Amino acid sequence: MSEHIMSSKFYYIIWIALLCLTGVTAAVAFVDLGPFNTVVALVIATFKAVLVVLFFMHVKYTSEKLTKVVIVSAIFWLFLLLALSMADYGTRLAR
Amino acid sequence: MSDSHTAVEHGPELLHHFVDAEQQRDASTLGMWLFLATEIMFFGGMFCAYLIYRSWYYNEFAAGSRSLDITLGTINTAVLICSSLTVVLAVRAAQMGKRKLLVTLLLLTIVFGFAFLGIKGVEWYQKFEEHHIPGHAFNAADLVQAYPQIHIDQSHEQIYFSLYFAMTGLHALHMIIGVGIFVWLTYYAWRGRYTPKYYTPVEMCGLYWHFVDIVWIYLFPLLYLIDRKPLR
Repeated sequence: MSEHIMSSKFYYIIWIALLCLTGVTAAVAFVDLGPFNTVVALVIATFKAVLVVLFFMHVKYTSEKLTKVVIVSAIFWLFLLLALSMADYGTRLAR
Repeated sequence: MSDSHTAVEHGPELLHHFVDAEQQRDASTLGMWLFLATEIMFFGGMFCAYLIYRSWYYNEFAAGSRSLDITLGTINTAVLICSSLTVVLAVRAAQMGKRKLLVTLLLLTIVFGFAFLGIKGVEWYQKFEEHHIPGHAFNAADLVQAYPQIHIDQSHEQIYFSLYFAMTGLHALHMIIGVGIFVWLTYYAWRGRYTPKYYTPVEMCGLYWHFVDIVWIYLFPLLYLIDRKPLR
């Protein structure tokens, strides 16, 4: 955890970036990008999530190194859950 | 055992089995993140079910997504982002020992939390009136009629709405718990328990609040924005 206190201006900038990205993702959904609509929506969501984790949840400035290990592991487990499930359901011929 | 170790001066906020306040805070942070890792898997099961059914019944998911109120959904996303800002500013206020500012920001967070739940309630009520709640009264004939270009199977449409209510419901439950936690935090903040030396509860509850915000950041595009482009 950081003893370092960020300036409130910094938090306002992140906040405005998150609001802008919310507007962008809602607007882009109405544009026909073919299969890329979902990709763009998820990329924007992930970018927003990264902003929140790094700056609002202070992971970027944490002194506790194990926090990052826990986060990476959690994302990896989630990836295992989704990828192995889809490897099964996605390759079934009949359902 | 030397006496120098037993005679360390510290305030009541530092538990004696920790070396110093920083180690105590790091331990809390790690524990909180481990809890959040279990939460990711908790929601992960639902995201997995969503992924499988979406790949099977894309048409029904797209039609169901179109029937949601995107304006209210976007506003709610913004409300949660604003609440995350007030949370992070509250942690900052606690770090600087500004008690009144801390209480104000915590109260603002609670207001945003209720605003989110209120808007969510309005959306659910709309779905109730449209007979889009899975069960005996479920009827998606309006969607079949509205989107003649898409083939819609009503029972598959029910799966979309089951997942919609399960996922937004579980998220709303987390919000309700979050608001409860913040009421508790506000009470102790008002009593002056949190100081620049000890504000761990504010920080940990903040982590929980941000996590619930992140879940919504993913739920919003996955539920509301599946297919909004003009139909040909």
